[in-house]
Amino acid sequence: MFHWLEKNPFFFAVGVFVVIAFAGLIEILPNFAEASRPVVGLKPYTVLELAGKEVYKKDNCIACHSQLIRPFKSETDRYGQYSLSGEYAYDRPFLWGSKRTGPDLHRVGNYRTSDWHANHMWDPKSVVPQSIMPAYKHQFTNIADIDTAYAEALTVKKVFATPYDAPNGTKLGTLDEGRAAALAEAKVIAADMKNKDVEALVAKGEIPEVVAIIAYMNRLK
Amino acid sequence: MQSNAALEYDYSVVKLFTYTTILFGILGMLVGTLIASQLAFPELNYLIGEYGTFSRLRPIHTDVVVYGFLLSGIWATFYYISQRVLKVSMAESKFIMTIAKIHFWLYFVGALLAVISLLLGYTTSKEYAEFEWPIDIVVVLIWVLWGVAMFALIGMRREKSLYISMWYYIACFLGVAMLYLFNNMEVPTYFASGGIGSIMHSVSMYSGTNDALVQWWFGHNAVAFIFTVGIIAQIYYFLPKESGQAIYSYKLSLLSFWGLMFVYLWAGSHHLLWSTVPDWMQTMGSVFSVVLILPSWGSAINMLLTMKGEWNQLTENPLIKLMVLASTFYMLSTIEGPIQAIKSVNAIAHFTDWIPGHVHDGVLGWVVFMTMAALFHMAPRIFKREIYSKKLIETQFWLQITAIVLYFTSMWIAGITQGMMWRAVDEYGNLMYSFIDTVDVLHPYYVIRALAGLMYFTGFVMFAYNMYKTITSSRVITEELTNKTPMAA
Repeated sequence: MFHWLEKNPFFFAVGVFVVIAFAGLIEILPNFAEASRPVVGLKPYTVLELAGKEVYKKDNCIACHSQLIRPFKSETDRYGQYSLSGEYAYDRPFLWGSKRTGPDLHRVGNYRTSDWHANHMWDPKSVVPQSIMPAYKHQFTNIADIDTAYAEALTVKKVFATPYDAPNGTKLGTLDEGRAAALAEAKVIAADMKNKDVEALVAKGEIPEVVAIIAYMNRLK
Repeated sequence: MQSNAALEYDYSVVKLFTYTTILFGILGMLVGTLIASQLAFPELNYLIGEYGTFSRLRPIHTDVVVYGFLLSGIWATFYYISQRVLKVSMAESKFIMTIAKIHFWLYFVGALLAVISLLLGYTTSKEYAEFEWPIDIVVVLIWVLWGVAMFALIGMRREKSLYISMWYYIACFLGVAMLYLFNNMEVPTYFASGGIGSIMHSVSMYSGTNDALVQWWFGHNAVAFIFTVGIIAQIYYFLPKESGQAIYSYKLSLLSFWGLMFVYLWAGSHHLLWSTVPDWMQTMGSVFSVVLILPSWGSAINMLLTMKGEWNQLTENPLIKLMVLASTFYMLSTIEGPIQAIKSVNAIAHFTDWIPGHVHDGVLGWVVFMTMAALFHMAPRIFKREIYSKKLIETQFWLQITAIVLYFTSMWIAGITQGMMWRAVDEYGNLMYSFIDTVDVLHPYYVIRALAGLMYFTGFVMFAYNMYKTITSSRVITEELTNKTPMAA
């Protein structure tokens, strides 16, 4: 049979494809519907949080930080309750990471404040003297892309039926409403950050990236 | 007609891909050395503002090495080997020449755009699949062009039976195509929202745990179908050719090939042990990772036994030395991987530096050594000049071997140390170390690793220099070359 296959490239290729596709069919497909079910009470991300998730992606925080607490005592002691599948239901993409050069962040919102993050992003050594994390000062001047975040929310609402605008849920509304809500949320964080420049920018209606990423990290609980 | 002597192979596309192999090799390793140094000396994060942080540069290192350097090497060798084992010349078909040239140029432009887009922060944040959707479309086009060129060449073949290398090239083509397509299913938000926001943004078709599963089914295997499949294709051709020895066993080749194809894809979920992926999938990933030793070692042993009775060549021919060492590192790496995939070991190893340590002993020892040996073997045959300096290859070899050993030993120690410290508890059951303690302790290992990276990079620059001198000013060869690659002392 193998000699015959080697003389018939078409069937050889079909054979290879069947053999490699097999694993995906059996391992990935059966669980697909179940694994994406949200835990009770999970709300979709607000527009500002989504903008923050974009900053998290853009500066590629997953290179050093995970968002996956494994079910070991040493991890639950350090980071809190181990992660559940349903908590990630609205994460597109998932941001578990694969390397902890820095600590896990899945529940960082439980034990860090906006103020702490503001100092940390400006100069990590100011709060953790031995830190090897770079400072992300550019996040204090770069303006977050709220419109794209709104577009993402609208997309997942339309295409994947993510429950925006549901009773007691996250409100999305129109683009203008989305912008206004993001700005209102940003003002609260900017006040907590105790940074004059950031507050001035937000007062002008411009939301720096650092405000968005803090909104996102505060949401991680 | 069986007269092979009449066939003039056309190496113009081989040459182009050879240049990009060297170019992207230098770029990828330069960035790698820089980011390794950043972990040891964080001040190095601020060389080029927001574009120079470790986090922004890390995907550029991985993607340039995988899709720039090694894929170029795979294509250079593909266009070289396929003409020879299929007994056709690309010059015989204008169609194939055109397709192959477009393949190259689209690839080159696409690769540059990809690097720039990553530098600017356009990323999906899915490892090794970071490119945003417009770049993904270019990637698909490039891949289709390669497929067209490959199957057109196969269609014209005079040698009816496909040689082992061709099996692996076909598998590389199909495997990466399937994985890349499914993992990069994404919805561009600009169009879905009716024209709001950035056109470069998209959301994944899958969410949360599903996305993780698809990502690591891709992440493990797309890289494997390049780092393993595309490289085995090369060693099956170049080792017998360079040594003048026949492949030790056809049956072992069969077993290893079909075994690898069947088993490999299952192992992806070993990246998700102890995660929220269902237990049975994790166990499958573990079990199949261990089974994977069989086909992996099958290929490696087949290579080593091919040298049976001819081990003297190891001392005489540095290219044989590179390839034998590559096979040996392939064995090391494919026993280390399964060990890390055992759930209890993974509990310590995951998230630590042992993982990059594992990747690098495989890539630096097996993948890059094989790629360099392939380029050295091809150079005198495509440029009609002998290798510029044998001595330089020897020096480079020992420098890089030392670098690899320093690299993986330091990362093993770093990884296991950190993994143990994360879980260490005192007599009352409280955690003994804060997170930053476990970072602090790694500094010496990060310094050693940065040094190892610098040494390996220096070795690669020596390789590039040797190739450059070979191409431009080495002695011209007129005689027909058989096995051993000619080189000046």
